[in-house]
Amino acid sequence: MAVALTPGPPSAPSDDRPRKIVASVSRGDRIFRFGLRAAGLTVLIITGLILIFLLLRSFTALHAVGFRFFTTQSWFISTNQFGIAALLSLTVLIALIALVIAIPVGVATALFISEYAPPRLRRSLIALIDLMAAIPSIIIALFGLYFVMPRILGFDAWLSHHLGFIPVFHFRLANFPGNYASSTFIAGVVVSVMVIPIITSLSRQVFSQAPQGEREAAYALGSTKWGMIRTVVLPYGRAGVIGASMLGLGRALGETIAVSFILSPIFIFNYHVLESGGNSVTFMIATHLLQAGSKEISALMLAGLVLFAMTLGINTIAAIIINRSRSGATASAD
Amino acid sequence: MVTQDAQSVAATTGTGPEGTGTTAGSQAAERKVRIVRVSPEGAATLLGAALGALALVWVLYERVLPFSGVLGFWLCWYVAFLLLYAGMARIQWDRRDVVNKATTVGLATAGILVLLVVVGTDLYTLVRGAPAVFHVSFFTQSLAFAGPDSPLDIGGVAHAAVGTLEQIFLGTLLAVPLAVTTAVFLSEVGGALARPVRIIVEAMTALPDIIAGLFVYALFILTLGLQKSGLAAALAIAVTMLPIIARASEVVLRLVPGTLREASLALGSSQWRTVWNVVLPTARPGLATAIVLGMARGIGETAPVLVVSGLTKEFNFNPLSGPQVSLPLFIYNYAHIEGVTQQYVARAFGAGVALVVVVLVLFWIARRLGGSTPGELTRQQRRRLARQGART
Repeated sequence: MAVALTPGPPSAPSDDRPRKIVASVSRGDRIFRFGLRAAGLTVLIITGLILIFLLLRSFTALHAVGFRFFTTQSWFISTNQFGIAALLSLTVLIALIALVIAIPVGVATALFISEYAPPRLRRSLIALIDLMAAIPSIIIALFGLYFVMPRILGFDAWLSHHLGFIPVFHFRLANFPGNYASSTFIAGVVVSVMVIPIITSLSRQVFSQAPQGEREAAYALGSTKWGMIRTVVLPYGRAGVIGASMLGLGRALGETIAVSFILSPIFIFNYHVLESGGNSVTFMIATHLLQAGSKEISALMLAGLVLFAMTLGINTIAAIIINRSRSGATASAD
Repeated sequence: MVTQDAQSVAATTGTGPEGTGTTAGSQAAERKVRIVRVSPEGAATLLGAALGALALVWVLYERVLPFSGVLGFWLCWYVAFLLLYAGMARIQWDRRDVVNKATTVGLATAGILVLLVVVGTDLYTLVRGAPAVFHVSFFTQSLAFAGPDSPLDIGGVAHAAVGTLEQIFLGTLLAVPLAVTTAVFLSEVGGALARPVRIIVEAMTALPDIIAGLFVYALFILTLGLQKSGLAAALAIAVTMLPIIARASEVVLRLVPGTLREASLALGSSQWRTVWNVVLPTARPGLATAIVLGMARGIGETAPVLVVSGLTKEFNFNPLSGPQVSLPLFIYNYAHIEGVTQQYVARAFGAGVALVVVVLVLFWIARRLGGSTPGELTRQQRRRLARQGART
């Protein structure tokens, strides 16, 4: 090492090793970096604090029912008969419906924006997707409750009449419009409006990074535009789309306001999505927390903790996938 | 995750495959080949398929088959339209071309659908809220003296607007320093800590928004024993805004050309000076965009404030004590929870108009401030520079 540091004449090729670069960091810079690191650490600490506080507050409920919390399908606080089996599965059901709508629409929109729209229109469309992400969820909830719900009932009836042989669309109640209202399906449709911008903007970014050389190669081989997209853009963007969809799933699982506007609560899992009544963890927290006694608060905290851990896990995996698909493509920009 | 779209546009525009068709004509005499994207045949086929499907579905759906419902009608129309279009295209072109054209139409439909949803939600709120907004009292009074059936010229949402303004101000104040510092850390320092921080920040952007409220409730109200207040709501909003701003800011900072940093370092300035005098000023418009977009997101948050801010019908200018209602919470309460009367719903939609307008204005500001890559000037800035250049 000592030899390499003294720049001697390049006589001996065996000494021709790269010099070790020692960057001297001034004291001010060291403090500066320390401060920045502290900020980064604070973000991690806040996430940890959320976990810790929810955990601390949920001990009462955990003590009362233990592991049964995850298997019980009812919500009777005083008799210790409460759990999130139904809540969680209904939450997932809503999220899945939202994704079934949002993934095709989102990916198609992303493809349209990145591949088909002329540059001018592309800019406005990207702004439009940004705007869609910025529309407050309460506005979408209003739209869902007062505009979508009355108009979708006919479609619900249509689905159950003609596709009722599919178990999910089977309808066991009397054929009366009110029985189609407040259903899991409608909640999923409204939630999909909030998931679409997430999926669209992330997939679009990945699609637009598909290498130009490969696109041109596809064209040079005589491919049509769709052929190029199918063979170049979509394979390149696959990981990004998966990550975006998972992030969308996390968002859909946590949606509160639209869901609580639309659903009327039930406490038994019901996979007949067109039937009135549904529930979700967020719905329970939003509607019950303010009137709850200390034990129910604890139960809701536990439910919140489960939801938080679940979405944090899903989102973290999604973020890792997205970061991986992004890295390498560009070093400096996104 | 949103602002970076604006930046990446500049990188992607012009790289589309249509750019490959332009001939490399350096001489002015050579005419640029224009690729016609819409041919008369193509347009006629589209229109014909649309009209034919409309007529067919109308006859089948409304007259022959026992179907009903508006949504079902248009779904059937769309399926018929796609089939007809593919069929008509098949007569004229070969199979590959038909697939290409049909997918083009399908993808464009998704774009149009999204456009309709965005415009639809905003327009619907504006139209439904219009009756309440056209009263002076709406902007000047609280709901203190208005009952469920009071006419719309008594009472308003001024108290909720006050709450929203104070909460978003406090929330921004709390979130922005930490968010921007984190972004600077991620883009300038990096290292082993940066990876988990970046992933957690990204994961937090899509976190259930009610968890923030639950956290503040557990920390503020249950553990510290404080009362529900505007400050608690601001804290909850800050928790939700933090990752959004941090992530958007990091993207903006990473767009600052590395050569600028190197130039500054080569001139002998420290890293701290480089960040403060070169990186941050270069990224200023982008950072402003990130912050304003974060505010636009924060201002519409309902779930976090739902459990921690409390509810009141009266003015409360003090965010530190007593319940303080905000616009989203106002809507939540009067559109859904409290015995829904005609007037309450109208007021809720009125508050919705206020909220939509505020979000649109913030969004517009964000677009005006930045939206382009650092160093790239807006049209106005270019004009101003040109004027200055002409004067000297």
